[in-house]
Parts: sequence; structure tokens; C-alpha cells
Amino acid sequence: MLEVNGLVKRFGGFTAVNNVSFKVDEGEILGLIGPNGSGKSTIFNMLSGTLAPTSGSIVFAGHEIAGLAPHRIINSGIGRTFQIPRPFRRLTIFENVALAGFYGQGRHSRARAEEAAERSLAMVGLPTDRHASVDGLGAAGLKKLELAKALATAPKLLLADESLGGLDEAEMDQAADMLRNIRDELGITIIWVEHIMGVLMRVVDRVMVLDHGEKISEGLPSAVAGDPRVIEVYLGTDAETTQAAAAEARRRAGG
Amino acid sequence: MMGQGRLAAWGIGLAALVALPFVYRDPYHLHILVLILIWSFAYTSWSMMGRFGLVSLGHGGFMGIGAYVTALLWNHLGLSPWIGIPISMVAAGALALIVGYPCFRFRITGHYFVLVTLALSGIVLQVITATRDYTGGSLGYTPNRTSGNKLLALQFDDKTTWYLIALGIWLFGIVVWHWVDRSMARYALDAISEDEDAAAAAGVDVTAEKLKITLLSALMTALAGAIYCQYQMFITPDTVSGIAVSLQMVFAAIVGGLFVSLGPTVGAIITILLAETLRIGFGTKAVGWDNLVYGVLLVLFIIFLPKGILGSLLDRLKPQRKVPRAHEQEAVQIARPGT
Repeated sequence: MLEVNGLVKRFGGFTAVNNVSFKVDEGEILGLIGPNGSGKSTIFNMLSGTLAPTSGSIVFAGHEIAGLAPHRIINSGIGRTFQIPRPFRRLTIFENVALAGFYGQGRHSRARAEEAAERSLAMVGLPTDRHASVDGLGAAGLKKLELAKALATAPKLLLADESLGGLDEAEMDQAADMLRNIRDELGITIIWVEHIMGVLMRVVDRVMVLDHGEKISEGLPSAVAGDPRVIEVYLGTDAETTQAAAAEARRRAGG
Repeated sequence: MMGQGRLAAWGIGLAALVALPFVYRDPYHLHILVLILIWSFAYTSWSMMGRFGLVSLGHGGFMGIGAYVTALLWNHLGLSPWIGIPISMVAAGALALIVGYPCFRFRITGHYFVLVTLALSGIVLQVITATRDYTGGSLGYTPNRTSGNKLLALQFDDKTTWYLIALGIWLFGIVVWHWVDRSMARYALDAISEDEDAAAAAGVDVTAEKLKITLLSALMTALAGAIYCQYQMFITPDTVSGIAVSLQMVFAAIVGGLFVSLGPTVGAIITILLAETLRIGFGTKAVGWDNLVYGVLLVLFIIFLPKGILGSLLDRLKPQRKVPRAHEQEAVQIARPGT
């Protein structure tokens, strides 16, 4: 469904993403992990059109989309969330999502947009009341709103950017389950960028690990969690935490 | 949503406004009312984009184009304003697109956008002054009086006719304002004014949406300029164009209230009455004083009353509509078993 080949992004002399290639199959959840500054968000920004790649190709559903304007990419069926929620505070919760439903589907029909808004809000568990203000939402609520906005654009591929930062453990599990539900019930393929390895490993089908803009490992969660390169590079130098995290990841992935 | 009561109030108000010139015929007061209506329309046109954070100081330019192009076509080519006005609007619209497209495409926003539009105002003013052989320069310009059909020339002698024309134009502006306010484009533009990337991620074509509202605003402003010219039958670069006129639009819209449909109208009432009071009270000694007063008031309003007079008044009058916060609603749903 998505095929990325030799993707490169340079900012001046700095190479943020260096020759990364990967594939995403229809209906799978691909986890994308890596330390801060490893290029995860840059890849997301190129997939969603916020940044134009320096070189490389991104083929989505048979079409080259590298360098297209963001709204064209969104209309072609890729939805995204932002790492830090970016709600429109001048609009109500419902209007936020209806806006995405109106413009994101590329159909510009108000009735369809409102329908999509109700469906998406219900899916993520936010009130479908038309007057509720964004100001009342906490961290978890804002993440849900972010997800509802992306869902309202009727994506075939959802790019979920570090959607669990700032949540407690129960909320994290809930959010992870939600992503799996979105895949299972709506059939949406997902690429999920996340810092928190444990929760991610439980839900994803495959994991790709980045470091300094390069792909260093890819495969099943259990295999990647045991990869010494991943343990060394991604999980850092503190041996004890590293071991514990890897064990936790394996346990979760296995169970 | 417009309730029955509000619709009735609008209806009664409009009927009273239409009936006014037939029962009250003081020409000076009607003149003031015509000016207020035409300028209200110009300010409303400005606020169409101003309310979305697209602060333009170039609208004096659009207004000048509307006035001068219409008058020049009439005097030199004998083209009726009925054709001249649409041509002047197209000219202003084309200029808006030429200036707007690169601004929006390359993300020139905030202060930089204001500066670009400021330059636009200055350029139009310079062009009018520099081509004085045609435009009369800073001495002003007068459309030729028609000896034929007054309707064709859009020249009327009686104030009542002009009052009704101005009222129609003003009402048109208010209707367009409401039409935009209820459209999805308003959501998109509100979203764009907060966060362009997030709006784009929701599928909004940011450049196109900004261009559309800019085009609409410029077309309407040019129409205001043309109507002003037809009514006054005398225009100077300073009264219909230039930076002073642009600033006056910003001032009136902000003072009246940017986010309510009648805000710019309230602004026009204040600016016109202020200018007239200064003119009558102090005569030629007070030339330019209105700009000074605008400047001081603008600073005070931006600091103390950012929603403007009408916006703040409506907020005060309206009992705060209690909107349940989202988290309160969640709590309600959790507390309600079986839902």
C-alpha cells in the first residue's frame, strides 16, 4: 500500500533522514521507533506533505506522492496526527472534526462532514455535542480529538505520531487498544511512531527502528526487541534499564 | 443560527431604514447617512479577511482602483459605470490575487503580510498621483456630468435615491458577511489563522482558502470605492486611496467589533461622526486631527476592548450561554448508567 524508497531529507548540511526504504502492507500496524532526533517525525512530515523530501520516492496506492501539497496527500487517503495536539481553539470540538471531514475527504459536502464528525468522535469516545469547547479537554482528550480529526478525513493509511506522550499507564493502554480497534474495525492501515516501546510492541505487527536518520532494524516486535543493535543504540547505555525494558518488551510482545 | 426573534428585529429595523428618507428629508443628515452606509460596506469588506488575522493595509488601494478605474473609463471611453464598475472590481481582484498568491504560497503572514499590503497601498497612491495627466493627481478627479440617461450614468441628484442605493449595498455586505460566517470556509479560515500546518493536515488547501477570502474582500472594497465616487462625484487620492484610508478601515472595524456583522457599521458611525464633528467644530484648523484621534483610540481599543464596542456590548448583554465543558460531559456520561 505504501512503498518508500531511498528517502532523504537534508536541512542545510544536516541529514535528518538518510536513505530510508520501507514498505507497509494493507491492514498492518507498523511501529516506528527510535531515540529523539532519529528522524521519525521528519519521515512523518514527508509522508504527509508537511516537508518535501530532498530525494527519494513515496508511492501510495500506486501513485507517487513525494512533494505533493499536504491537502492533496490528505485527500488521497493519508491521515495524520501531530506529536503535540494542535486543536483549533476558535472552533468547538465538533467543528474541529467536521472541518477535517469536510476538507479532508476532498468531497466538500457538509452532510458527509457532519456524519464523519459524529462517527469519528464516537469512535474515539469524545462527546458528539455540537457546542462543547476544546478548552475543556485535558491531555488525553486532546489526543483523542487529534485522532478524531485524522479519522474524519477518511484515511486508508493513518500516521499516528507519538500519540501516547503525556498519558498515564491506563490511558496509554486504552489508546493502544483504540489504535488496534481502528485497524480491526475500520480496516485502516497504521504507522505508529512512539517513544514508549512496551505498549507499542504489544499492538504492532512489525517494527522499524531508526537511529540518526538511518534504518537499523526491522522485523517482528519480539525479534527487534532482542536485536543487540537496537538494545545498544535505541535503549541507551544504562545497561540495567536497557535489559529491563527489553525484557518487558519481549514479555508484552509475546503475551 | 438566527432565531425567529432576531430575524423579526432585522426585518423591522430594515423596514424602518427603508422608510426613513420618505419621512425625514433633511439633506445634510441624509448625506451623513449615505456616507455611513457606504463606508460601513467598505469596512465590512475589510473585516471579511481582517477577522481571520489577515490584516491588510492595502485596502485603500482596492478602494482607489474601484473609484478611479470607474471614473476614468467613464470620462475617457464613455463606458457606463454599469460596465466600468465590474471592470474596476476585476482589476482590484486581479491585483489582490497577484499580491496575495506569493504571500500565501510562501507563507508571508503576520507583520510581514501587513507590510506587503502597506506597500500595495502606497504603490496605488503613487500611481494615481504620478499619472496626474489622467487622474488629476492629488487635486482630485471628477466624473463628467451626464447630459443623457441618469440611470445609465449612475448619477442621481436626489439624496433619497442614493440613500436607497447605499442601503442596498450595505445590506448586501451584511448578507455576504453572514454567508461566509455560516460556511465551512469560516471554519477553515479560523483554523488557518491559528495553525496553518494543522489546517493543511485536516485537508484544507490553505493557499486557496486565503486567496478566496482575499479576492472576495478586494472585490467588495473596489465596489465600495466605485459607489463612493458615483455618489460624491469627486475623488482625491487621499479620500479613497492611500494608507490613511487603509488605516481608517482597520480602525473602524476594530473599534466597532471584528467578529460581529454590524461591528464595522458601528465603526463607520463613529468615524464619520468624528470626522464631521471635527470638520464643523474646528474647521480647517482640525485637518488631519481625525487621524490622530483614530491612532489614540486604536491603541486604547486593542489594549482594553479587543472585541470592539459592539462585540463587547453583545457579550455583556447576552447571558453567558453555559456550554458544558467536555470533561463535565464525560463525567455526566459516566455517571449515567446504561449509556
